[in-house]
Amino acid sequence: MAHISKRNRKREKEAQLAQKNRREIVAAQLNRREMIQMGLLTGAGFLIPKKGLSARPLTRSGFPMPDDICQSPGTSAFTEAFTPMTVKQPETNPLTPTPTIAPNNAAGEGRTRNHQVVTSPFPPTKQYRIVQQAAQLSVHAGLPLQTLWTFDGKSPGPLYVARYGEPIIVRNVNALPANNGGFGKNQVSTHLHNGHTPSESDGFPCDFFPNPANPLIANATFYDQYYPNILAGFALTNPPNGDINESMSTLWYHDHRVDFTAQNVYKGLAGMYNLYNDFDTGDETTGFRLPGVPNPTTGVPDFDVNMLFADRCFDNSGLLFFDLFNLDGIIGDKFLVNGKIQPVMHVRPRRYRFRWLDGGPSRFYQFFLTDLTNLNAHNLFWQISNDGNLLPSPVQVESVRLGVAERADVIIDFAPLAGKTLYLENRLEQTDGRGPTGNVLPAGQGNRVLQIKVDLPSVPDNSVNPATNPQYYTLPSTAGTPRVTRTFKFERGNGQWQINGKFFDCNEVRFKVQQNSIEHWILQNSSGGWQHPIHIHFEEFQTLLINGQPPSNSPLVQKGRKDVIRLEHNTEVKLFFRFRDFLGRYPMHCHNTIHEDHAMMLRWDLETVGDTKQNP
Amino acid sequence: MKSLNRRKMLGLLSVAPVAGGLLTTVSGQALDSANISSREKIRERYFPNFILTTHEGKKVSFYDNLVKDKIVLINMMYAKCEGICMPVTMNLKRVQKLLGDRVGRDIFFYSITLKPEEDSPRALKEYAEMHSVGPGWQFLTGAPAEIESLRRRLGFTNPDAKLDADKSQHIGMVRYGNERLQLWAACPGMAHATWIAESISFVDWPRTGPDARPREKGER
Repeated sequence: MAHISKRNRKREKEAQLAQKNRREIVAAQLNRREMIQMGLLTGAGFLIPKKGLSARPLTRSGFPMPDDICQSPGTSAFTEAFTPMTVKQPETNPLTPTPTIAPNNAAGEGRTRNHQVVTSPFPPTKQYRIVQQAAQLSVHAGLPLQTLWTFDGKSPGPLYVARYGEPIIVRNVNALPANNGGFGKNQVSTHLHNGHTPSESDGFPCDFFPNPANPLIANATFYDQYYPNILAGFALTNPPNGDINESMSTLWYHDHRVDFTAQNVYKGLAGMYNLYNDFDTGDETTGFRLPGVPNPTTGVPDFDVNMLFADRCFDNSGLLFFDLFNLDGIIGDKFLVNGKIQPVMHVRPRRYRFRWLDGGPSRFYQFFLTDLTNLNAHNLFWQISNDGNLLPSPVQVESVRLGVAERADVIIDFAPLAGKTLYLENRLEQTDGRGPTGNVLPAGQGNRVLQIKVDLPSVPDNSVNPATNPQYYTLPSTAGTPRVTRTFKFERGNGQWQINGKFFDCNEVRFKVQQNSIEHWILQNSSGGWQHPIHIHFEEFQTLLINGQPPSNSPLVQKGRKDVIRLEHNTEVKLFFRFRDFLGRYPMHCHNTIHEDHAMMLRWDLETVGDTKQNP
Repeated sequence: MKSLNRRKMLGLLSVAPVAGGLLTTVSGQALDSANISSREKIRERYFPNFILTTHEGKKVSFYDNLVKDKIVLINMMYAKCEGICMPVTMNLKRVQKLLGDRVGRDIFFYSITLKPEEDSPRALKEYAEMHSVGPGWQFLTGAPAEIESLRRRLGFTNPDAKLDADKSQHIGMVRYGNERLQLWAACPGMAHATWIAESISFVDWPRTGPDARPREKGER
């Protein structure tokens, strides 16, 4: 053991030296050219990995060693341009072969169950074809091109712009290579996160394709996913169109392949999906008049901007690094927004709607707007949605906290900030995969993920000022007696992630929920060391109690409809669910994708007759 | 050629004294890393070629003899463990049975001791015999410092230092993977045996192509 601690001391010393060196570089304000001249930076723009600078034992490959925290090569901040997501365009000709209700296994479809069709005609006239494929992409000019796994050659994948009342079908083609370059599994199941989607189109983790274990789909090449874009409650409580107060706005899609979700999403398989309707129209002169000016060229409204946040680690050669043997959670030191490291965005002095998504794998964020010239300023903005669902009305906030997979739509008015440079700064301290420490760092000392320059000419702003307290949807009633109250304990024992002491198994249905019933679920995290963002597929919930208190005592945003609940340290929540509309299998899981891939997940089935297991 | 130029360039430039004490010696080694295959990087990081001893007293090199080109399942245990080791070993025995004679042919089980000081090959042999494990499953011991290094490299660690030091709380996960195909994952050692066996199929050889496994007659 003495041997070990001696080595640790040595490493600690190296780490201190490295930090000193990094500080010196920062203090000297060396530019890229100077650093190259000094031999500190390679031509490709990353720090030369040598003892005392990278604090990593030098291996021939320069690969980070297990005990070390991530130390990616240096990259310049705010030199990459912020990249808006490109909009996915529907096919101009109908798909061939024509999508069918029964799985078309003969033609190579990987689906195993019939579509539950609830809109007509079928197939829907709006059809998409998207290809999952490897592509060489740049995350930063100072790093080499990365071989990522993408949708249509893009990561994040293209943005779906969808509307309620317009069902779509997406033909998802799997052209991922067998050679994974070190991590990733070329079998996929794409989940539309928070979609009110029938089970066979949901992207259930075990519905991956091709699946060699099932001869029918052993060589499958595509999977048709049917998204009805219909409101919850259409079948029974609010026929025929569903409950308008169940409207969703900001969804996302990502691979969900059981045991390999973290690797595949880390490698790039994620994108976003906006859902508009007659109130949230995408046009600030109509409906709720949220910021947005239709732009037929891009296909997504101007001033309505999606942002996918992802932290990543790169090895000494500047290539994306995934720690294959990590069980706890992976924390990167490079912050990507829409696939670029620390980009810069130029905005006009007016209101914008930003749609924020924590794309994981394990980091929690708390975003503030920071003005480095005035660190004492409280730069307020408006949160209008939680997990992509509009709140009853805007809530003024100084910051927004997001766990993995959580979304927040915010409105920021840049008019009073004209001429300024601001930063989207994550001030939530997190040093490992266990979750944030709880410390909120002082302004200017967090991770600045995006630079926002309010330097473009002004344009008219016809959006409603959130300060006038506009009303959006009301919250659906949580009255009614639950058919059953179920309790779920999320914990770790001998390093094994578990729910109620059990582990995920595709073939084990842990409990059956009865269609058209109300249930209360109690979720518990008795750990003071770990945090878990828990996601339940298909039906949203409302939080009835947090640690015994109604959420009115918590921030107002907690009152909204949600699909991810952050189980922070020593937390118990009680959630309200109403299950409707479709039948089939769905999971509940931790969305720290490392925990998820290590069995912190369960399968529940929605059936016509349910059970009343209280601790399933 | 490229790296030679770089090294030459660095050699020339690094004589300039800059940023006080920042530059020591420049190692050209790591600059080649972009040209190293991902498989080689994985080997370097996770699979040192430590010499281990099997419960049958055989000396083996961890990477060369045990991991390279194989489908493997790896867990950690110790012979006198009164906690999770016993049920996990019993569970893995069920997995071994489910996988049939592929274990020992192209799938291999390795249980590495957490207590190399007290787990001699003989002690491990007794443990293996007590559980009547079949061929293709080896219990391994080695130099304590190397076993500890292996434990850390393979990720059988707890970020809480106190729990990490408590061997009775040791990690009960089972790592499974296919070294040649660079497919690695893990599942709980106490998951259903049928599920662990199914999980191992996730990293199986493809049915066709250069990496396909020759099928036995009558095998699906």
